[in-house]
Amino acid sequence: MSILEVKNLSVNYAGSNGKNTLALSNVDLIMQPGDFVVALGASGCGKTTLLSCIAGFMQPSEGSISIDGKLVHGPGAERGVVFQKHALMPWLSVVENVEFSLRMRGMGKAERRAIAMDKLKLVELEKYADSPIYQISGGMQQRAGVARALASDPAVMLMDEPLGALDALTRAHIQDLIVDLWWQTQKMFFFITHSVEEALFLATELIVMTPSPGRIAHRFKLDFSKQFVECRDSRAVKSSAAFIEMRETVLSLIHDAPGTHHG
Amino acid sequence: MAKDTVKTVKGYSIPGEGSSVLISVVTVIALFTLWWTATHMGWIRDLFLPTPEKIASAFMAAMRGDIQGGKALPEHLLWSLIRVFSAFFLAVLTAVPVGIAMGVSRTMRGVFDPPIEFYRPLPPLAYLPLIVIWFGIDESAKIILIFLACFAPLAMAARAGVRSVTIEQINAAYSMGASKWQVVWHVITPAALPEILTGMRIAIGFGWTTLVAAEMVAATEGLGQMVLNASNFLRTDIVIMGIIVIGLVAYLFDLLMRKLEQILVPWKGRA
Repeated sequence: MSILEVKNLSVNYAGSNGKNTLALSNVDLIMQPGDFVVALGASGCGKTTLLSCIAGFMQPSEGSISIDGKLVHGPGAERGVVFQKHALMPWLSVVENVEFSLRMRGMGKAERRAIAMDKLKLVELEKYADSPIYQISGGMQQRAGVARALASDPAVMLMDEPLGALDALTRAHIQDLIVDLWWQTQKMFFFITHSVEEALFLATELIVMTPSPGRIAHRFKLDFSKQFVECRDSRAVKSSAAFIEMRETVLSLIHDAPGTHHG
Repeated sequence: MAKDTVKTVKGYSIPGEGSSVLISVVTVIALFTLWWTATHMGWIRDLFLPTPEKIASAFMAAMRGDIQGGKALPEHLLWSLIRVFSAFFLAVLTAVPVGIAMGVSRTMRGVFDPPIEFYRPLPPLAYLPLIVIWFGIDESAKIILIFLACFAPLAMAARAGVRSVTIEQINAAYSMGASKWQVVWHVITPAALPEILTGMRIAIGFGWTTLVAAEMVAATEGLGQMVLNASNFLRTDIVIMGIIVIGLVAYLFDLLMRKLEQILVPWKGRA
């Protein structure tokens, strides 16, 4: 049973003109297996900074991040990351990209190929295993990115607006897929989005962040993803009265937040 | 059918789009005709520009070895190719690691930047005398001269290529457990490969142009030597034939490098 703890996290960016930016201020977060935390907020609210700290790409000014009591220093294979732009290696095929972490670990070819194919099946991409990255669609690239992050069997999946650049239909389809992955693996998911609907659909815990300084302003426990797991009808979930009411609540929180710059 | 009577229109296009091969073929034929006419009509003296037929017969004579020095054209060509390619491969083996090191390390960039940036714009003929003083007049001097001509563009290309990698690709590799060396070898180097290949294309061109200068130094064989030797005897036909051979070989190099690019970096410009 692993646990991820973010304690009193602050990040102060040094500005070039001597003016510093407090991107994150005193953020606390606890995650356990099966938690799907979605960070929602306008640009500049610090959600990507928070993810970068958890991923280990960035050192916080204050506070700590630990997994099972072990402090996080730098990136590691127990935290898989899916990026906004796919960040796959175009010189490798789809399956070679998924194998990357296993190859870095020195795993034999047959063994890592079997694991990679298994992950590709989870994201419905096994038919495209040998395709070059630049010949598959944006949605497939993001699914390959998810499979790649899953390959090292991380405790936490960190996803930085992975569906932001996709069309609405593809996006809805991959949302369903991500919920299924989460439910099957019961891993911890930390997911960033600025789509309220996406946030509500995926999250078991929604954190609404506000800018200047970036902080968590509101938290909600949600179960729309569990409803989807049971009924398998995402449109029904997203058009239910409870969902729409929640959407309006969250929208008004974001719009009325102090320090939010519109446009 | 009514469908066929509808006028076809072109889609969007940028200026200069479309194939220019036909125009190039016409240009070459026109130049050749002008050459033929000018020489046969006696507009230009034979010493300055011989007729195309004389160039052709000079080529046949050179193939037989029936020229000054007694060596056949293939032998001259082979020597030139050996010099250029040994220098080029030596440059690839050294310049690419140096360029990548300059791209990923502040220290290495600080160390290598001044010498490379200083000698890079120098014409090889300017430092040729120094190389002769240091290394003598045998093969090593020639290869070193061509090596230096190839080294700078290759190192610059590899260094610039390092920038093709995105920070997300590097972060992704780290979060998949890669070490710093693994990131350099498995992420940064392949990402730099398209630029490295472009650098190789430029470098082989530089090497080939430096060849004639290198073969000015006490060579008894090589295309550059053949041309220089022929000019001493005012054999304009062999000079022009030699120039055409040098040009065609350079063109073949370029075709080869472009083919290599298609095979090795099919993702170039698409990811």
